[in-house]
Amino acid sequence: MTVKVSLPYDKEYVTQFSQGLQEPEWMQAFRLHALEKSASLDMPKPDKTNVSNWNFSDFKHDVSGETIASLTDLPEEIQNFLDHEKEQQNLVIQRNHTVAYGELDPKLKEQGVVFTDMKTAVREHSNLIKEYYMTDAVHVDEHRLTALHAALMNGGVFLYVPKNVEVEEPLQAIFWQEDPEASLINHVLVVAEENSSVTYVENYISHNKEEKTSANNITEVFAKAGSKVSFGAVDNFEAGTTVYTNRRGVADRDAVIEWALGQMNEGDTISENITHLIGDNSHSDAKTVAIGRGSQKQNFTANITHFGKASEGYILQHGVMKDKSSAIFNGIGKIEHGATKSNAEQESRVLMLSKDARGDANPILLIDEDDVTAGHAASVGRVDPVQMYYLMSRGISQLEAERLIIHGFLAPVVKQLPVEAVKQQLTRVIERKVY
Amino acid sequence: MAGSTLEIKDLHVEIEGQQILKGVNLTITGGEFHAVMGPNGTGKSTLASAVMGHPKYEVTQGEILLDGKDVLEMEVDERAQAGLFLAMQYPSEISGVTNSDFLRSAINAQREEGDEISLMKFIKEMDATMDTLDMDKNMAQRYLNEGFSGGEKKRNEILQLMMVQPAIAILDEIDSGLDIDALKVVAKGINQMRNDSFGCLMITHYQRLLNYITPDKVHVMMQGRVVKSGGPELAQRLEEEGYDWIKQELGIEDETIGQQA
Repeated sequence: MTVKVSLPYDKEYVTQFSQGLQEPEWMQAFRLHALEKSASLDMPKPDKTNVSNWNFSDFKHDVSGETIASLTDLPEEIQNFLDHEKEQQNLVIQRNHTVAYGELDPKLKEQGVVFTDMKTAVREHSNLIKEYYMTDAVHVDEHRLTALHAALMNGGVFLYVPKNVEVEEPLQAIFWQEDPEASLINHVLVVAEENSSVTYVENYISHNKEEKTSANNITEVFAKAGSKVSFGAVDNFEAGTTVYTNRRGVADRDAVIEWALGQMNEGDTISENITHLIGDNSHSDAKTVAIGRGSQKQNFTANITHFGKASEGYILQHGVMKDKSSAIFNGIGKIEHGATKSNAEQESRVLMLSKDARGDANPILLIDEDDVTAGHAASVGRVDPVQMYYLMSRGISQLEAERLIIHGFLAPVVKQLPVEAVKQQLTRVIERKVY
Repeated sequence: MAGSTLEIKDLHVEIEGQQILKGVNLTITGGEFHAVMGPNGTGKSTLASAVMGHPKYEVTQGEILLDGKDVLEMEVDERAQAGLFLAMQYPSEISGVTNSDFLRSAINAQREEGDEISLMKFIKEMDATMDTLDMDKNMAQRYLNEGFSGGEKKRNEILQLMMVQPAIAILDEIDSGLDIDALKVVAKGINQMRNDSFGCLMITHYQRLLNYITPDKVHVMMQGRVVKSGGPELAQRLEEEGYDWIKQELGIEDETIGQQA
C-alpha cells in the first residue's frame, strides 16, 4: 500500500491509519489530538538556522517493505552494518515502514527484555508505551514537527530492560528508507529500569539523491536509578531527505546516559540531543560528530540540563565542513538552581576544509547555582599546518596526513560505537564524504 | 649501502621577516655523528626546522643538497622519503590517531605501494624497539603525543627514528627535559643506529648528551652562523670553559641573533 499525503493531513486518514495498525484507542486519540495541535503550532526555530522553506510536507507516509527470510538476502550496503561473525543477532531491520527482520536472544526474552518494532510494541506493550510515549521527555506541543510526529508516527523500536538486568551484547536497529520518497517518522523508546544496563546502536540509511522526502524521528531514553544506557547512532540519509531528529534522555539518580552520534546525513538536518539529569549523581556524556558537504545546511544542538546534585555532563561536538555547506553547533550546559556540586563541560570544534563553508561553534553555559564547576572550549579553524608538517616530516603525503587528522578529529564517536561493523561503516562513510 | 651526504651551503633563513640564519655551512656524511652546540637563541633549532621544511621558516638564500638533489625544491614528505628525519623538540599532539597507526603509515610511506610492512612484522619490530627504549607498551595505542610527558615525547621521537631508519637524522635538543636514566636509554637507542649508512646531527646546548653519544665533529653556532668547528675535544673544552673564550677569540659581544659582530 502506498499513500501519498500532503499537509494538512486529515483526521480521517489518521484514524484509518491507526485502525489499520490495530492500535489501542488511547493511541488513536493521542494521534488525533496531536494532529489537531499541529495546525496551530509553529515550525521549530533552531538558533541561527531558518527552516521555514525546508521540506517537511512532501513525502509518502505508508510504504511497506518486503520481509526477508535470511540476512544474506539483504543488499550489500545493508549487510555492511552487521556483525556476521555473531551467531546470535539482536537485531531489528525496518524496511520503509514495516519490519523486515527481527531477532532477539531467547535468553534475553526470558529475562523480560523487550526489543521489538514500535507498531508491535504499541499493540503488545500498550501500558508501558502509554506511560512513557511523549509524556516526560518530548512533548507533543513543542512545535509543529513534534505534533506531526505524534500524529503520523510510522515506525521505530521499543527497547525495555527490566530491573537488575544487564544486557551485555549490543542491540541493533537498522532503519532502511528503501523507497526514495518514503518518510521515516520513527519513534525509538528505550526504558532501562533500576540498576539495569544496555547498549543500543541504530543506523539510518537511504539512497534518494534526487527524490524529495523528509524524516521526523524522535528518540526518548529513560534511565532509571542506577542504570546505564549507551546509545550509538549513525544517521546517513541521502541528500533528498530533509531530517528532523530529536534524541532526548532522562537520567534518574546514579544513572548514566552515553550518546555517540555520527551525523552523516547528506541533506538539510536539524538535530537536537537533550539530556535531563534529574537525579543526584546522574551522568551524561554526549558526543556528536558531523560532516557537512555540498550546499547542505545543518543545525546541531546538544544540551545537558542539570537538576540533580553532583550531576555530571560532558558535551563534545566535532564537525568537518566542506564545499559550501554550513552548520551551527550549539553546545548548551544548563545547571538549575539546587544542582549543587554539578559539573558541566563542553567542547565544540569545527574544522573548515573550504573557504566557502561556514561553521559556528556556540558553547553556552547557563548557570543558576553557585556551587558548581563548568568549562567550555570552542574553536573554528583549518587543519593545523604544524600538525601537517609533523606528519609529513615522517614521509606521509599531504593527502594522507590530512586524512589521518580528520579521522582522528572524528574518532571520539567512532571509537565509542559498540558494534565493530558499525564502526567500520562509519569510518567508510567519513572516508567517502571527506574525499 | 654507501651513506648519503647532506650539504648545507650559505643558508640564510627568516621567520616572520626576521633573519635568523645568516650563512650556515655544514656537510654531514653517512657514518658521521655531528654535534651543533651553542647558547640559546643562536639559530640551532632554526637550522633543523629549515632543513625539514617547517612552514614558518623561509629560506632566503643558500642551498641544501641531499646526495646532490635540491632539498629546498622538495615538499616536506618528499624530504622524508629522500632520507631526512628530524626528531623534533616540540612534536605535535594529534588526537584520535594512535601512535601505532601513525608509525605504520610513516613506515609504509617510505615503501613502494604493494610492499607495505605486514602487521605482524610491524608489531614485532615496534615491540622490540619499545623494549630497547624502555617504553610502556600502552604507548602504542595512545593517541600520538597526546598527554605524553616531555620525556615520553622524546622517547617516542627516537622510537620513530629507529623504526623509520633514515639516511640522515637531525635530533633537535633530544636531551632536554630528560633525566639521566632516560638520557642513557635514549642514547643507547641512537648509538644502535650507528653505521656507515647513517649520518646524524645532534643539536644541544649541553655537553652532557655527548658523554653518551660521542660525536665525530662538533660545531658551535653564534649569531646565526657556524663560528667554530672541531673534534670531540671542542665539546670537552666548552664543558670546562663555557662559550666566553670563543666570543673573545672572535670578538663577539652578544652571541644571539640580531647582533652583528
